[in-house]
Amino acid sequence: MDFATFLIQCLNALQYGLLLFLVAAGLTLIFGIMGVINLAHGSFYMIGAYMAYALAPVVAGTFGGGFFATLFVGLVLAVILGYVLEWVFFSFLYEREHLQQVLMTYGLILVFEELRSLIVGDDVHGVAPPPLLAGTLPLGEVMTYPVYRLFISGVCLLLAGGMWFVFTRTRLGMMIRAGSSNREMVQSLGVDIKFLYRVVFAAGVAVAVLAGMVAAPVSSVYPGMGSQVLIICFVVVVIGGIGSIRGALLAALLIGFVDTFGKVVFPQAAGVLVYLLMALILLWKPDGLFKAG
Amino acid sequence: MNALLSSSADRGKLVFVLLVFAALALVPLLAGQFAVDLVTKTMVYAIFALSLELLVGTTGLVCFGHAALFGIGAYAAVMLSPESDAANLLWLLPAAVLAAAVYAACMGALSLRTKGVYFIMVTLAFAQMAYYVVHDTPLGGGTDGIYLNVKPVLSVGGHMLLDLAQAGSFYAFTLVLLAAVFAFLAVLLRSRFGRALAGIKANEQRMRATGFATYPYKLAAFVVSGALAGLAGFLFAVKDGVVNPELMAWHLSGAVLIMIILGGLGHLRGALIGAFAFALLQEFFKSEAIFGHFAKHWHLGLGLAIIASVALLPDGLVGLPAQWRQRLLGKARGAAGEQA
Repeated sequence: MDFATFLIQCLNALQYGLLLFLVAAGLTLIFGIMGVINLAHGSFYMIGAYMAYALAPVVAGTFGGGFFATLFVGLVLAVILGYVLEWVFFSFLYEREHLQQVLMTYGLILVFEELRSLIVGDDVHGVAPPPLLAGTLPLGEVMTYPVYRLFISGVCLLLAGGMWFVFTRTRLGMMIRAGSSNREMVQSLGVDIKFLYRVVFAAGVAVAVLAGMVAAPVSSVYPGMGSQVLIICFVVVVIGGIGSIRGALLAALLIGFVDTFGKVVFPQAAGVLVYLLMALILLWKPDGLFKAG
Repeated sequence: MNALLSSSADRGKLVFVLLVFAALALVPLLAGQFAVDLVTKTMVYAIFALSLELLVGTTGLVCFGHAALFGIGAYAAVMLSPESDAANLLWLLPAAVLAAAVYAACMGALSLRTKGVYFIMVTLAFAQMAYYVVHDTPLGGGTDGIYLNVKPVLSVGGHMLLDLAQAGSFYAFTLVLLAAVFAFLAVLLRSRFGRALAGIKANEQRMRATGFATYPYKLAAFVVSGALAGLAGFLFAVKDGVVNPELMAWHLSGAVLIMIILGGLGHLRGALIGAFAFALLQEFFKSEAIFGHFAKHWHLGLGLAIIASVALLPDGLVGLPAQWRQRLLGKARGAAGEQA
């Protein structure tokens, strides 16, 4: 492996890891703060990717179009979706056992997948990156690297920073953190915890949808993409420690590098590597790398 | 026997279970080939669900990698069978069950070091590793899977007693095994070992404080459960005559978990009811006679039914009679209150 190839693989691993982080961040928040095991989280990623494909012509017709207009419209729809979903399906689940939530969100996966099949169909689609970002950067003498992949990494880093800021430096973040450690106490202090949960859930959904929309041009859009990303994101959440944003970021990057380089160096064992890594880490640290406290 | 049936509620359960098995025994006499095939498959899933119920419902250990043990039983059945000769059940069945039990012992010994959601994920990790081994290496025939050329027979001293290639024999064999597994678990749960597992589910720390080393109990439960899952996998492979990596995919681990939650955790009947309810729901929503061309979107109906069951049945299908009774009593009491 020469240096340019190595560099390209590093950038790919970084981009993949950061994308995983975006999806996993929503999962770990909903899990750590609200205590809900949300199997349907992968579906939000899938919905995002399909939005990038199916909304683009609609948005082009109404607002004159553009990739960023589509992103914006998709994001607004995602927040509404998350808000309504929490209200209708999750608000009565907090008192129930975890396994009831598993059952409910499994049902939601089936519903989302079939609705997708009814509305958009079962074909694989490609999504073109916006013309502004469609170019490539020269890397070494013969290699090039697509600008769009760098854009993905940039967006993810920006959002990671934003999340860190909201959680540690704002009043909203403080209330959310307090709510995750003692729901009743925060409620009795006069904070509308139900509304707060709804906001957290909507934000988690929005971030996953955004990840799907941004990823669509590189990963293409296909049925089943949701469940694939779901399992790997659970791996990320658990390695990082449930509820820990910092842990999710580190774990996502770790998985990104192990998976990308595994595919290059040991193509036959690439699938096993990620799970082997998770098993080893959890046997060493049974609560993940950073347990949220 | 009297000790086992201490109350009228227990007797009611026994009557229910006996009725279910009597109905299953009558199926081949009354139903067509399609229904027999469907019920056979569902009984195999019911054994699988019962095996998981021992871990999840009884011991409180949520295993999300049970498909690996199912798949190992299935792969062992196919890979150990001779190329063009019928294997004898007398050694093939124990061998397949043993293979699953050995993997369960490794999986359990390590994953039981973790708890809660972490346990769920470590069991998933072990299942995914097994999945990728059969999926990506030539060992298990890759994505195409392997075929079982000749189905096993039961023969003692040269006399063939049972040929599993015949659908009728296979049905009877599966039914007997299902009944045996159910009875075995029912007795196990009433034994000292079963009580200890229930204690671990209720409060593991207190069990340790009373002097139980809980780890060996949990590990034993894991191995027994894995062996039974391997038995179900063995039956599945013999029934279909083919195995592929999908038998170890996490979708199957999820589906069997859904079955026992749908049926109602903490009851062996729940696993039985859940397996049949899941299969019936699937067939109902797949039916073109009812839904026409919409039937190919059967997942939608299944998903909505599952969501409705969570909203309406907090204790699963098993809890339904109690829920109705309570509602009726509540109404009667309310009416009495108004009169007074």
